[in-house]
Amino acid sequence: MPLDPVALLPLFVETPFQEGYVRSIIVVSLYVSCTAVALSTLFSIPVALVMGFTDFPGQQFVKSVINTGMGFPSVVVGLVVLFMVSNQGPLGAADLIFTKEAMIMSQFVLATPPITAISLAALKSVDENVRDAARVLGGTRLDVALVVIKEARYGIATAVLAGFGRAISEVGSVLIVGGNITSADGISQTRTLTTAIQLEARQGQYDTAMILGAVLVALVLTVNAIVVRLGDEGAMNR
Amino acid sequence: MPIQRRKFLAALGTGAVASVAGCSQITGGSGSGDQPDVAGQTLTLTTTTSTYDTGLLDAIHPQFEEMYGVTVDAVAQGTGAALETARNGDSDIVMVHARGLEDEFMRNGYGINRRDLMFNDFVIVGPESDPAGIEGMDSAAEAFATIAEEQAAFVSRGDNSGTHTKELNIWEEAGVEPGGDWYQEIGAGMGEALNNANQQGAYTLSDRGTFISQRSEIDLTILVQGPIEGGPELLENPYGIMAVNPAVHGNANYDLAMAYIGWITSPGAQDAIADYTMNGEQLFFPRALSEDPDFQQYVPEGWSSDSSSE
Repeated sequence: MPLDPVALLPLFVETPFQEGYVRSIIVVSLYVSCTAVALSTLFSIPVALVMGFTDFPGQQFVKSVINTGMGFPSVVVGLVVLFMVSNQGPLGAADLIFTKEAMIMSQFVLATPPITAISLAALKSVDENVRDAARVLGGTRLDVALVVIKEARYGIATAVLAGFGRAISEVGSVLIVGGNITSADGISQTRTLTTAIQLEARQGQYDTAMILGAVLVALVLTVNAIVVRLGDEGAMNR
Repeated sequence: MPIQRRKFLAALGTGAVASVAGCSQITGGSGSGDQPDVAGQTLTLTTTTSTYDTGLLDAIHPQFEEMYGVTVDAVAQGTGAALETARNGDSDIVMVHARGLEDEFMRNGYGINRRDLMFNDFVIVGPESDPAGIEGMDSAAEAFATIAEEQAAFVSRGDNSGTHTKELNIWEEAGVEPGGDWYQEIGAGMGEALNNANQQGAYTLSDRGTFISQRSEIDLTILVQGPIEGGPELLENPYGIMAVNPAVHGNANYDLAMAYIGWITSPGAQDAIADYTMNGEQLFFPRALSEDPDFQQYVPEGWSSDSSSE
């Protein structure tokens, strides 16, 4: 997690909020979205590899499901996750309602389709000669896969960023399953930047909502810049 | 005052005994140190937007949290959603303001040990120009009927909240079925409703607390007062608190819920509610303490042992 920008961000804005409040919601936002996107990526890339380089019955159907998932409304995902983790639901015993874990679950569901679809496109666009060369040089299936992933890393980075953008900017599902909770001393438990903005808007405090909105945009920009920079450094070390 | 203190101690004692009894069955009574056995636990309170958005809960909760060494997770949802969450067993205690919905909740067996907590009132607000001419009317129903007659713009919460429920009651009282271009259900919280009404110069029904906390940012003004300022009784806004029935939802933190009810209906917390002000105005008026018995707070409205067939 890029910790330095987190520490610095609130310094740039004169906040009318309690000390530690903005910082804690940034930390919760990043924790939930980064965890969800990391899990999504671990899940998506193997799926994209299998989809891209093997043929199996029902492949077109799986593809349709992924493409549909890209446009899945976040409130619907929130409702489904709420049903799962509610006391009455199948995971009720785990007591996940109104926790960060439940929020991670719903963001995982939201971020996985775009990451899979864009990674798949990136993997497919890798020149076949690269694959053939790797195979000819005696690479195992794993070696070939790693070479292809390396070649497609820009596309995969774009996929991860798209998933991150979707996760950190959505408000519907985290509000439903997270409950937008802060402790009484103003430290966020399950309040993210988006739900905090929603709360300020509900109270008619549009100016403070704007400040939080600016923080959210700055945060997404920072994460994008960091990922692009890492990609460039990777290219130089090649 | 001595009587109140005795009640306070009794309530506190009940809560403490209940919590200790409940926990020692699980922990084998190991936690008999200075801290109560509920220490470290979390109480999930679902409540309405008005108690949360006015900042009341954040102001008074630290005392309770410190007293028991616990955390209160307050989830602000609107009365309908707050009760639904509790109905699903996802919260331990509810603090809401729609007696009809609370009664249904109790009748269905989900809520127990209801107490009257506090009250404020609703006010009918609108633009200063007052196009329908309702200013100073002493009947809320008459004011609503006039708004409907004049087809003046009216913003409705439309979210099954306590305020929305009250609004529908007033329309019913006025004998009007609201509808048409002038009546807009926005499906949003009180603050958004006030902003929306402000932007289009419309009327709306607001709880006094949210209106006071937002008044400096909007041009709306109170046209019909609630009972606190001598207005009609119909605009009263009573808040109640109930524990989730642990026999229905075994995972509900009943011990801590009862400790919370004991605390928030105690003289100390009731004073804290009375002392909470915004822009110099008191937002909530405590109601839990009374020397005279008030049995109706424990049961659905109109219930008596003679008519217990329900």
